[in-house]
Amino acid sequence: MGALTLSNVTKSFGTTDVIKGVDLQVEDGEFCVFVGPSGCGKSTLLRMIAGLEDCTGGEIAIDGKRVNEVAPAKRELAMVFQSYALYPHLTVRDNMGLALKQAGVSKPDITKATDRAADMLSLGPLLDRRPAELSGGQRQRVAIGRAIVRTPKLFLFDEPLSNLDAALRVATRIEIARLHRDLAATMIYVTHDQIEAMTLADRIVVLRAGRVEQVGAPMELYNDPANTFVAGFIGSPQMNFLKAGALGMRSDTMGVRPEHLALSREAGQMPGTVSHVEKLGGETLVYVNAEAQGLLTVRLFGEHNFNVGEAVHITPDASRAFHFDANGQRLR
Amino acid sequence: MATRIPLSRSIAAHTVLIAYTLISLFPVFVIVINSFKSRKAIFAAPLEPPTPTTFDLVGYATVLKQGDFFQYFMNSMIVTCSSLFFVLLFGAMAAFALSEYRFKANTLTGLYLALGIMIPIRLGTVAILQLMVAGGLVNTRTALVLVYTAQGLPLAVFILSEFMKQVSDDLKNAGRIDGLSEYRIFFTLVLPLIRPAMATVAVFSLIPIWNDLWFPLILAPAEEVKTITLGSQIFIGQFVTNWNAVLAALSLAIIPVLVLYLIFSRQLIRGITAGAVK
Ligand SMILES: Nc1ncnc2c1ncn2[C@@H]1O[C@H](COP(=O)(O)OP(=O)(O)O)[C@@H](O)[C@H]1O
Ligand SMILES: [Mg+2]
Repeated sequence: MGALTLSNVTKSFGTTDVIKGVDLQVEDGEFCVFVGPSGCGKSTLLRMIAGLEDCTGGEIAIDGKRVNEVAPAKRELAMVFQSYALYPHLTVRDNMGLALKQAGVSKPDITKATDRAADMLSLGPLLDRRPAELSGGQRQRVAIGRAIVRTPKLFLFDEPLSNLDAALRVATRIEIARLHRDLAATMIYVTHDQIEAMTLADRIVVLRAGRVEQVGAPMELYNDPANTFVAGFIGSPQMNFLKAGALGMRSDTMGVRPEHLALSREAGQMPGTVSHVEKLGGETLVYVNAEAQGLLTVRLFGEHNFNVGEAVHITPDASRAFHFDANGQRLR
Repeated sequence: MATRIPLSRSIAAHTVLIAYTLISLFPVFVIVINSFKSRKAIFAAPLEPPTPTTFDLVGYATVLKQGDFFQYFMNSMIVTCSSLFFVLLFGAMAAFALSEYRFKANTLTGLYLALGIMIPIRLGTVAILQLMVAGGLVNTRTALVLVYTAQGLPLAVFILSEFMKQVSDDLKNAGRIDGLSEYRIFFTLVLPLIRPAMATVAVFSLIPIWNDLWFPLILAPAEEVKTITLGSQIFIGQFVTNWNAVLAALSLAIIPVLVLYLIFSRQLIRGITAGAVK
């Protein structure tokens, strides 16, 4: 219950093509994250799944049934928006119950469903308040509660954590992961933040300019990126891209993650000078200006003392390096 | 939000505003004080407030004795309120459609509707009169309501569609996913959020309708459908004008506009300053 299939889905606004042919199969119960830079069409794709935008071409199917012509309310899905989008004139209880009321569910059943959702998110004390009387975090929990109440086949989240502060973002992220385990429902989650994608997803779909770049489990994308875009997007700090020719290799570009660069004061493959150091306690990030290779990031575990301006040498771990051709495609 | 303004600037601003207020209110003030004075006193010392010797309610007595004054008053109320209702209803609906739905000729329709702001409806008086005659609507309040609705719509659509564009898409989409009809979304989600804009439109449409003399004179001059503005004209003769009565009628006519304005004003101020202070 809740499998989603996209077949060659396209969308154009006038003459601008925003979604340029997306094929995707999301299994029942899966947590699927769409990730990509701002403006790549994630929200548009999500709104098309919800039925809020028409498809220009292609087919969307839920549980094997074509839904292109089905109204949003009839697709049995729920959506959580970045801006919360709570109904300002209704109390929390009525906000959560509205969809069921519209569907003609009896009063006692609505109360039961809202109470159950309120329990899951500890919203009990807030039930009689209006959205204006809630904090940002509480509003987002109510918005999530409103989605749960409907027991939908498909949960859609559009950057639900973007408007929260850092601490709340982590807490709500954990809460969403817990909900996914408890409800065992299919969830599609849109974000531009690769950390959210990595921590929540069963499967990540990396989008760029309306096309799917790569689909896979978080560790698959991390350990086996298909091109420089995915390699650069997944993982933080970002992967270093070295000019492979200068290092005497056949490929065009060599990608090495910051943790796979060794830093030494004495000797190494590439000389450079330290340009900036960030000490985070558990790890130390050293930014090294490596002459021909430009600025490289080195990630060291634990505390290290490097001074700005110091001469250092960098050696990439060749066994963990990725090679790409001139078009950015991975060479295997 | 509340930034502190230096005292000197605040005093200067208030001086200018108070001066402007005094200038604007002066004619109203003169009308009201003179309406309580005897005819001789009005001409002898027009700027003097009524004293025990000059105080006279003869103007009000004349106006109220004039029989149908209350009827005129009701006509004005009915015409103004109905016109406002339709202007706001249809204006908001058209604005919603223009700002919410993508369809061919969307921009063109918007421009067409806004054209009415630039072309005065009085240019079409002859055609309107012929239309009303053909429709058997001469000397009815319906004729006035129809004309005023048409007159108010362009500005209403223009202002409201700007405000409608600012209503969050997410909110409307949440409603759609929860199964609300487009009408429910419009009436329960969107309209309450643009109340300040509606109040602004209401006040701007209200005053020209209430004060209009042209269309009542042409379309509805009959005794039983006369508006108060037209009704007051009976006191202005070609040779003799009953100033007591005219001033009393005008003073009375201010009251309903004032009441409606007070109802809308809280919202109005929010509407005018929307965007100015975020
Ligand atoms: N209603 C619309 N009309 C025209 N262009 C749009 C519309 N909605 C989105 N777009 C364009 O589609 C692209 C993708 O938008 P969006 O899906 O919101 O990106 P994302 O959510 O990935 O940041 C953007 O370039 C945006 O300008
Ligand atoms: Mg978006």
